[in-house]
Amino acid sequence: MAAKYDAIIVGGGHNGLVCAGYLAKAGRSVLVLERRGVLGGASATEEIYPGFKYSVYSYVVSLFRPHIIRELELAKHGLQLIPLECSFTPHLEGPGLVRWPDVYKTRREISRFSQKDAEIYPEFSLAMSKMAFFIKKIIDSPAPDPASLNPYELYRMLDLARHFKKLGPDMAYLHTQLLTMSAVDFLKLWFESETLMAPMSVSGIIGTFLGVRSPGTAYVLLHHYMGEIDGAFRSWGFSKGGTGGLSLACGSAAKSFGAEIRTEAGVSKIKVKNGRAVGVVLENGDEIDAKVVLSSVDPNRTFLKMVGGEHFDDDFTRQIKRYKFRGSSGKVNLALDRFPDFSCRPGDGQHLRGDVAIAPSIDYLERAYDQAKYGEFSHRPYINIVFPSMVDPSVAPPGKHVMSCFVQYAPYYIKEGPENWPSKREAFGDAVVDTIAEYCPGLKESILHRQVVTPWDMEQQVGLTEGNIFQGELSVEQLMFLRPATGWEKYRTPIKNLWLCGSGAHPGGGIMGSPGELSAKVLLSSREV
Amino acid sequence: MFYMDWAGYYGVRSYETTHEAEYHAIRQAAGLIDVTPLYKYEVYGKDACAFLSRIMVRNIAKLKAGQVAYLCWCDEDGKMIDDGTVSRLDEDYYRVTSTDANYSWFARHTVGYDVVLEDSTARFAALAVQGPRSRDVVDDVTGGAVGKLKLFYATRTKIAGAEVIVTRTGFTGDLGYEIWVENDHAIAVYDAVIEAGRPHGAIPSGLIAMDVARIEAGFILNGIDYFNALHSMIDSRKSSPFEMSLGWAVHLKRAERKPFIGSDALKNEKQTGPPRLFVGLDIDWDEFEGLFAGHGLPPEVHSGGWRAGVPVYDLDGKFIGQATSGAWSPLLKKNFALASVKAEHGEIGNQVLFEVTVEYQRRTVKATVVEKPFFDPERKRA
Repeated sequence: MAAKYDAIIVGGGHNGLVCAGYLAKAGRSVLVLERRGVLGGASATEEIYPGFKYSVYSYVVSLFRPHIIRELELAKHGLQLIPLECSFTPHLEGPGLVRWPDVYKTRREISRFSQKDAEIYPEFSLAMSKMAFFIKKIIDSPAPDPASLNPYELYRMLDLARHFKKLGPDMAYLHTQLLTMSAVDFLKLWFESETLMAPMSVSGIIGTFLGVRSPGTAYVLLHHYMGEIDGAFRSWGFSKGGTGGLSLACGSAAKSFGAEIRTEAGVSKIKVKNGRAVGVVLENGDEIDAKVVLSSVDPNRTFLKMVGGEHFDDDFTRQIKRYKFRGSSGKVNLALDRFPDFSCRPGDGQHLRGDVAIAPSIDYLERAYDQAKYGEFSHRPYINIVFPSMVDPSVAPPGKHVMSCFVQYAPYYIKEGPENWPSKREAFGDAVVDTIAEYCPGLKESILHRQVVTPWDMEQQVGLTEGNIFQGELSVEQLMFLRPATGWEKYRTPIKNLWLCGSGAHPGGGIMGSPGELSAKVLLSSREV
Repeated sequence: MFYMDWAGYYGVRSYETTHEAEYHAIRQAAGLIDVTPLYKYEVYGKDACAFLSRIMVRNIAKLKAGQVAYLCWCDEDGKMIDDGTVSRLDEDYYRVTSTDANYSWFARHTVGYDVVLEDSTARFAALAVQGPRSRDVVDDVTGGAVGKLKLFYATRTKIAGAEVIVTRTGFTGDLGYEIWVENDHAIAVYDAVIEAGRPHGAIPSGLIAMDVARIEAGFILNGIDYFNALHSMIDSRKSSPFEMSLGWAVHLKRAERKPFIGSDALKNEKQTGPPRLFVGLDIDWDEFEGLFAGHGLPPEVHSGGWRAGVPVYDLDGKFIGQATSGAWSPLLKKNFALASVKAEHGEIGNQVLFEVTVEYQRRTVKATVVEKPFFDPERKRA
């Protein structure tokens, strides 16, 4: 029987939808199957409390590749990105620290803590931009395989080596340091003020079960520096209508090219016959066949749950089992009846139109990690707060606000066991609100509604194994040709006609869209569909 | 705050060190833009309609009381002097707004008309409230006076106790209103509007933000995209309405009975076709980014709109015209320019070469002629 579709995409998150867009644009018949009623996976907007639209999981956009916006015409399909103005770190004493888009204002802010740091800050930013420019080449193409003797792969390695050489010896050394050092040690190559380094170092721990002083976190720091909006590196933005706005634009683009999208159509099994994927079985028992199945859900769920470990050899199964998730973060979404008032910078103002980091010192961050190491959520966690309604009134009623808090650490493996997260959920929410209220005393009285999302919830609700927001840690041993398993970096899998197209594949997570784009491009050039 | 000169007044370029938030307020919430330096003229009396119909390319007799028209006016050769709006505020009472000073030009044509002409530029302040939430803001501050006001209509109402006129007009191509008030009440009105705007995310926005918005909307600016014919040394600097995409505003039929200034020349040009066309250009991003990458640089776009004037060539490298302003559209993620090119190159889809300077070197990239406006949301009319 001939398959009805050229490709079935499992999961309607942004990567699945981007992948569908590219395949449909190339004339393939595509069906996207999403388990939930809303599109977007972990990039979804939901009106959990009437009038307030939460970006329930992921909440800011930066790494999303600009060429995907152009190639899929996402602006035409409603994607609008609104930049974050600045980065505000409130303190219990003194006026806090704000890093502005303006060089001079930022210098003035930092010089209150260190004159030297204030002046070297632009040099650091330049070095990071140079690195990001280098890394861009890596994230915008499929990962090369260093073990392969295929002439094309050798050429790719050579090309990368040449590109690397162009960085010059200093930058090359720096890059090596970046792969091995901790975020804090890396920052100390430039800076002396811990007050400045604290909010900068947190980019190195986002989504990992590591502390700012753990080796390897410097790379994740760069990963968050690669964001570019309108050609400028290191800029972050909101998607209008929440991160779901981005997913809806991807979905609308895919549909305009002819893709079919079904929601409330969860896939329970990927059908494999004679080592080949032939289609999927839905949760309601329906079977749909396709020439190719692409999974945008994470490698663990794809291989071990949807296909079944029995279809793979031991080595592959072992690699997938060892592939690290160990989610470490949670989310608290609040509906507020007024704008938030921070005691260190009272009143409304520009500082509320960027992100707010509760990261007063490096010790504070390390202490937060200490608790997590032993299976507790941090009682005084690192929190990254944004108020999207300050710049996008479409997400809250007039005069009211949405407050989105990304919280780390909330380890998936609490000592009571992850299945006991539901009984800890509200205590975790209280810790977050208590922490912020120390800086923002009127907060509690202004809360109209609170939604607490634990890593357990992320796994249950959107299928992120162990609640890892990147579908697998972005640590060096899980990147490029090692993601998700050696020899399988180019979206293919040991099962013929089964491909990966989600963040568990190169180059990883963070609302980049790259895994969706690159998997589609590799599949199309293989002419297998 | 950063200031710039605007017709001899201080205009605010941006309220903060960068204009981005002010631009996004215009497109997502509402921007409050002080447009007081616009030139304003009161025209009233028995022959006001006939007088304006003689000056303007549009037939003012068709304007109902309470209606506003966007239009331009020309010299005897049919070359543009300025563009602006005419509001019919009462049966025999009109207000004209313009970019350049026009009192002298209007005054020299009043002979034989029973009409009073007053330069009210310094008497009225004007505040533009522009963006998707502008209706909520203006409705809240006026007690619901503009909910039903249609595009290009005016109404009288009160803000903070002061008499104001609100027109549904603007220079951003978005849903928007302009509030006209006597200077004495300007500050009270401004404060009231700011207060009403706060819950809707409205913030003061400067002229850089407005410029990006007006380029997205494909609107022309006197002195930048074309020049006042009365101030042009050479003929090639002058433009007709047909050359500036304003042919739709030229009402020629009425000229058979009652000629207006420039109507003979415009009739001829309509027959022969304009020698130049004002077009939108979409500058090829991949080529643009490639030029920068060749130097090891990330692509760099101008922050805000640019208005420096850039040569445009055909694909053989022959000079065919100039791009007069442009901007990177943060909303549409495209690099746009507005250009005046020889008519044979102005067809939609036609490719041209656009000059780009990268690392001090002049290069060219491909650009495609595309439809204007670049941005035209439904809410503008809804």
